[in-house]
Amino acid sequence: MELTPEQQRLRNRFREFADAEIIPHANAWDRAEIMPPEVVRQLADKGYLGAVLPVDCGGAGFSMIEFGLLNEELGRACSSIRSLLTVHSMVALTIWRWGTETQKSQWLKKLGQGQAIAAFALTEAEAGSDAREIKTEAVASGDDFILSGHKKWITFAQIADLFLVFARSQRGPCAFLVERNTPGLAISPIHGMLGTRASMMAELHLEQCRVPKHNLVGSPGFGLSHIASSALDCGRYSVAWGSVGIGQACLESCLQYVGERKQFGALLQDHQLVQRMIAQMVVGVRAARLLCYAAGEMKDAGDPASMIETSIAKYFACKTAAELARDAVQIHGANGCSSEYPVERFYRDAKIMEIIEGSNEIQEITIARSACQEVAESTAIAR
Amino acid sequence: MEESKEKLRAFLARHISGRTVADDDQIFAAGFVNSMFAMQLVLFLEKSFKIAIANEDLELKNFQSINAMAELIERKASLAQNGSR
Repeated sequence: MELTPEQQRLRNRFREFADAEIIPHANAWDRAEIMPPEVVRQLADKGYLGAVLPVDCGGAGFSMIEFGLLNEELGRACSSIRSLLTVHSMVALTIWRWGTETQKSQWLKKLGQGQAIAAFALTEAEAGSDAREIKTEAVASGDDFILSGHKKWITFAQIADLFLVFARSQRGPCAFLVERNTPGLAISPIHGMLGTRASMMAELHLEQCRVPKHNLVGSPGFGLSHIASSALDCGRYSVAWGSVGIGQACLESCLQYVGERKQFGALLQDHQLVQRMIAQMVVGVRAARLLCYAAGEMKDAGDPASMIETSIAKYFACKTAAELARDAVQIHGANGCSSEYPVERFYRDAKIMEIIEGSNEIQEITIARSACQEVAESTAIAR
Repeated sequence: MEESKEKLRAFLARHISGRTVADDDQIFAAGFVNSMFAMQLVLFLEKSFKIAIANEDLELKNFQSINAMAELIERKASLAQNGSR
């Protein structure tokens, strides 16, 4: 896999931005559980919040490979800011893919230029992996829907201007655009999470929120099968690349550390058991990145198999990031357990990656079922 | 239209293991499929038949059977020929 000169140029740009503007502050944001508005503004000014949108919609017009590279570089620096890119892109892409012309003209430019921030509101206290269990309800009333319910663990809900809210209706699952200032919508921050602590997480309380019917995205009944499904596919792709970034960050931190730190009269890099962990990091990151490239190329080609390929990349990249981050803390010893080094943050953030956008176990079920179907098909053909 | 149906049958055979799908079988109603399938089907239709599935196409009657999808493809293709989607 070789990057084109343009992809290489973009990656260098992303990397320089992450090194200069994010890495020096990421630990402080994590401790304060805050994503400062100035850095969100910087991300917008660079055009990164419009990464997935075409240029004629006010976006940056990146290919999926280029979007992936941006996720890796932001993820290498700070998983919280990468999460902003994830949820914002999921909603922007959904409006571009499934929105009405009115919704597109109202929102795409604003989202693409970061004048409005979007968040994805599917999960509820009792509906995590099983999204069909959502209890939030939409009842038709004249030209409006009345939404009532409670969304939990919503990334960047503390600062989002626009929410893509999923609800059940008489005609099946629906997706709605709900603006922050909608009467009846209350937002309460969630603090003290294990990882991605600067991702401004919150709960949404929808109490008789009146939302115009023209804010419905897609048709009633298609909210989960098409709207959530395509958004989550983008989310998995973003998280997969972000996890490659965590792995790369662990590797870079460890390479520096083992080249400086001496124990038993020798640098850590000369201890064989440390070398084994370094080797596993090198190979793990490289393999995860190749799976992400494969998924990205299939996405750029519009291949239907890109969805399962994304699931595979997400599964491997997140599992690998969690394993590597654990080893990175191990190599750093007590230093790695302190906030003087970033690896403890990588360790906490990597654990989150094994849970969000489809847990490891959900990916395992999806991947195994897909493989069994392929075998059944080839057996049927052989017969 | 027969050619479209042939491609659709092959795609469905890949995703609905151990069953033969007749052209008028209600694939969603019968619960044949998993959660990723609906979007895989959209991507398949778009790539294989060079059509764009948009908001206004999201009606179950367009996707419920091989016959329904073959009609959707015909309709979309003739609209495209007339210069609009």
